[in-house]
Amino acid sequence: MGSNARIAGAGRIDRMLPLDFTFNGRRLQGYAGDTLASALLANGIHLVARSFKYHRPRGILSAGNEEPNAVVQLEQGPYTEPNLRATEIELYGGLSASSVNCFPSLEFDFGAINGLASSILVAGFYNKTFMWPRSFWKKVYEPILRAAAGLGVAPDAPDPDTYDRMHWHCDVLIVGAGPAGLSAALQAGRQGVRTVLVEEAHELGGSLLSRPAEIDGLTGAAWAARAAEELDALPNVLVLNRTSVFGYYDHNYLMAVERRTDHLGPGRTPGVARKRLWHFRAKRVILATGAHERPIVFGNNDLPGIVLANAAGTYATRYGVSLGERGVAFVNNDHGFALAVETHAAAGNVPTIVDARDAVGDALLRRASQAGIQVLRGSVITFAHGGKRVESVDVRPVKGTGMARIACDHVLVSGGLSPAVHLYSQAPGKLRYDAQLACFLPDQCIQAVEVAGALNARFLVGSALADGTSAAQRTLSALGHPAPATPPVQAGDELHIQPLWSVQSLLGETLPGKHFVDYQNDVSERDILLASREGFRSVEHAKRYTTTGMATDQGKTSNVVGLAILAGSLGKSIPEVGTTTFRPPFTPVTFGALAGRDRGTLSDPVRMTPMHAWHATNGAVFEDVGQWKRPWYFPHAGEDMHAAVARETKALRTTAGVMDATTLGKIDIQGPDAAEFLNRVYTNAWTKLAVGSCRYGVMCKPDGMVMDDGVTARLSEHHFLMTTTTGNAARVLDWLEEWLQTEWPDLKVYCTSVTEQWATTAVVGPNARKILEALAPDMDFSNAAFPFMTFREGVVAGLEARVFRISFNGELSYEINVPAWHGLALWTAVIEAGQPHGLTPYGTETMHVARAEKGYIIIGQETDGTVTPHDVGLEWAVSKQKDFIGKRSFARADTSRPDRKQLVGLLPKDKSFVAAEGSHLVSGPGRAAFDPARGSPSIGHITSSYHSPNLESAFALALITNGRALHGQTVHCVHAGGLQPMQVVDPVFFDKEGKRRDGID
Amino acid sequence: MLKIACPWCGEREEMEFSYGGQAHIAYPKDPHALSDEQWAQFVFMRDNPKGAFLERWVHSHGCRRWFNVARHTVTHEISAVYKPGEPPPAGSR
Repeated sequence: MGSNARIAGAGRIDRMLPLDFTFNGRRLQGYAGDTLASALLANGIHLVARSFKYHRPRGILSAGNEEPNAVVQLEQGPYTEPNLRATEIELYGGLSASSVNCFPSLEFDFGAINGLASSILVAGFYNKTFMWPRSFWKKVYEPILRAAAGLGVAPDAPDPDTYDRMHWHCDVLIVGAGPAGLSAALQAGRQGVRTVLVEEAHELGGSLLSRPAEIDGLTGAAWAARAAEELDALPNVLVLNRTSVFGYYDHNYLMAVERRTDHLGPGRTPGVARKRLWHFRAKRVILATGAHERPIVFGNNDLPGIVLANAAGTYATRYGVSLGERGVAFVNNDHGFALAVETHAAAGNVPTIVDARDAVGDALLRRASQAGIQVLRGSVITFAHGGKRVESVDVRPVKGTGMARIACDHVLVSGGLSPAVHLYSQAPGKLRYDAQLACFLPDQCIQAVEVAGALNARFLVGSALADGTSAAQRTLSALGHPAPATPPVQAGDELHIQPLWSVQSLLGETLPGKHFVDYQNDVSERDILLASREGFRSVEHAKRYTTTGMATDQGKTSNVVGLAILAGSLGKSIPEVGTTTFRPPFTPVTFGALAGRDRGTLSDPVRMTPMHAWHATNGAVFEDVGQWKRPWYFPHAGEDMHAAVARETKALRTTAGVMDATTLGKIDIQGPDAAEFLNRVYTNAWTKLAVGSCRYGVMCKPDGMVMDDGVTARLSEHHFLMTTTTGNAARVLDWLEEWLQTEWPDLKVYCTSVTEQWATTAVVGPNARKILEALAPDMDFSNAAFPFMTFREGVVAGLEARVFRISFNGELSYEINVPAWHGLALWTAVIEAGQPHGLTPYGTETMHVARAEKGYIIIGQETDGTVTPHDVGLEWAVSKQKDFIGKRSFARADTSRPDRKQLVGLLPKDKSFVAAEGSHLVSGPGRAAFDPARGSPSIGHITSSYHSPNLESAFALALITNGRALHGQTVHCVHAGGLQPMQVVDPVFFDKEGKRRDGID
Repeated sequence: MLKIACPWCGEREEMEFSYGGQAHIAYPKDPHALSDEQWAQFVFMRDNPKGAFLERWVHSHGCRRWFNVARHTVTHEISAVYKPGEPPPAGSR
């Protein structure tokens, strides 16, 4: 067809700058200033997409952010982006776009067969159709649905672009730069307040750019350009174009995406962040977000060529594009009527207006007749004929008879205006239904916000301008800027609408064709009526059942129509049915923009110990523990994890092992009341702990459940060093500070996190003493001079160190703490000194095996917030004398009942059976309550499970109901559909007498 | 996202703070003097009003201090902010 759809001389496009682009592989040309949609229409292309469910041919419906049909996939490779509206894509040279939802091609689509099967694709079809047979789900239904679903494809390569984040505080944030937003911004900006004006398009002006208007003797567009210049010159005003506000949150916090380079094409602006995510905190907000025009529901109202009246006007006036040779307008209000006349004036192609109203204002009728337009009053379009483009429409009077078929190649529809209340509603603001204007309008809002322009039912340019000024005045006076008050703009009836949602329901008869409400999700009037018949009376339920308004366009053109039809079928009024909830985002936001710079290594901090480089060089396999990287095991050549852990575990029990324990949480506690403080937070007693000694402690929450454990040392009278579980370090510090500040402000205690200030090397095993003696010849490591659960300060490998004789594995063990910057030096010295003694580096897996062999618990593994110290065998660490946090809870009926789950050990009958952690346990055949046919109640679960080379068997720890009474009995682990017998034993598997902790000389 | 005025640092974004639940629930002076029901009331039960609420916040990523906030749970309007140990300002409840 070529570009003969251009109207000579018309439009805000630059004919000196032609731009080549491709659509579905076809080479086309447009001009600078075009959108992809206007360029396609200029090339005579109306069929741009296939619909989601029925794969019906679809054309461009709108000229803005409300577009439901013309959703395209833009560009290829790593730059490809799905789900973009052609109506918002600014054309650039070399642009490449393609349709979605079509196979094998847009013109010939196999999926259109769904249209023939549409009787089963009605509302709720997902729930109804794919239920049976059950075996079909995995192999038949799911693959077909997955292939059929979705709007485009995600890129399969990393995003090559960068994205930035901005934070901005202002006095006034104005959303929308149409006539109301511009006049508000001028008013606020001239008063010197910190103002931000945000506009989603690249040019300021909104409807002034697409409709004829005269302001101060200038055209609307010229006035908008002058306003933009003035705002640009004001230092207190920030104007952001190509920026979409998508969320309105509490305390006037709004978020927006600024598209900085999309209009230039992908990969052409190296070093420039593609998008910016703006976070605004505004003292006051003015919303001037305009209104969306609504379609009218009639037979086959989704054919390509059927567009909103506002879109036809915009394409003719702003882009100089004629939508065809002969158009018919179908309206029920003055706005749509005027647009039809304007479009005819620009393109000379709208000879007929079908107006559902009997009464139309004289002024409009005069304009139509002067333009030679035929007006059919009191009439409606019932049906559109055509395949891939509308060819003619059936028109008939609402009252009386007489069907006429009018040939046309496009139709302009206007069913009224829906103010874009989305952001206001998110704020959250309450809406009211205006029956005269047939729309929802802002009513009351808890936030400091004003509304202006079409959002506030000022649909005409003059009243929108005045309304913007007035909103700015109210805002300024609320900010304390006295200014002459302007009289509020009286709302008149600027629409003269006669509500018409669906031609079928107006006429009270069933008409041929499909009657679409939600184009993007292919929801028809029939689906809503079916939902109503099936009992979906709440608008929220009907929405979810029919999926009206749940597509990526969030129902901008369909929500109000859908709920009006629902209300009609329920015999309720529209305000009685009400709207569904508007939620962010107003328009889709890419993950790239949301993530900003927080990608890859910057997505989450990685914490590494000072010895990390040694671990990496020596082949450690790392495990993530919170944000820490910890060596998991150190495999030798050819070893798998099992073999490496077996070797490490054996070494630890026979010669010596060394582990980096730096990540253990360390909290420095100082003050004259430190001992008393520990006495209150730990379950055991602390006041009499001698200086130089250590003690194991358990802390509980007020409910009596174990929260954390660890060893704390008394460094001096008023100075303690507490250790915590690696993953709990921050939480325990928070906990201690909370109690100090809120319950015991009288206690003189300071807590400081020193986890990262000290590096910890644990030397473990029968040869540990020999290694320490070699490293620190001036220190006495004998049992008498340096007994278990004490610490000493001294020089180790030439470094000032604190050495703690504590053990998490039952072996003779020394934990050497040095300032973090000496951590690597100490570690390498230990490795060297350990060479003659079989010292083997080991990781967290061996640590776990060794501690489990001794029945030592790990917080979060043996405990889960429902476990008391008694449950896990720590009653010896619970004081009977003093009080502490949570003690009262141990006297509650639930915590003192005998049949609580208790920690036990388990040995499998099959020594090679390593149970999965979390496996459930049942009492087993021959026991009460065991019923293999109906299943058996779980009596507990496995908390830790490993293979032990020292026991030459797999083993496990478990929490079992009344488990201590079951010692010696057999329970069964549910595994892979079968049962594995395991014997209940004491949780201490190795060295029950605890002789090894002093060494085995 | 709320804007919260820390009594020590001034107005900051909500992301700097952590929530601490209902305010003015003191740990009982003598827990063992309470009945099981009274103790359970203290440990487990909290108000969940639609409207005015006195609650605790801590400036975790700032001064790390605890304080109290009078907030309306529907509008999120913060009518008062006060330090631990201080009584709620008149009319904030």
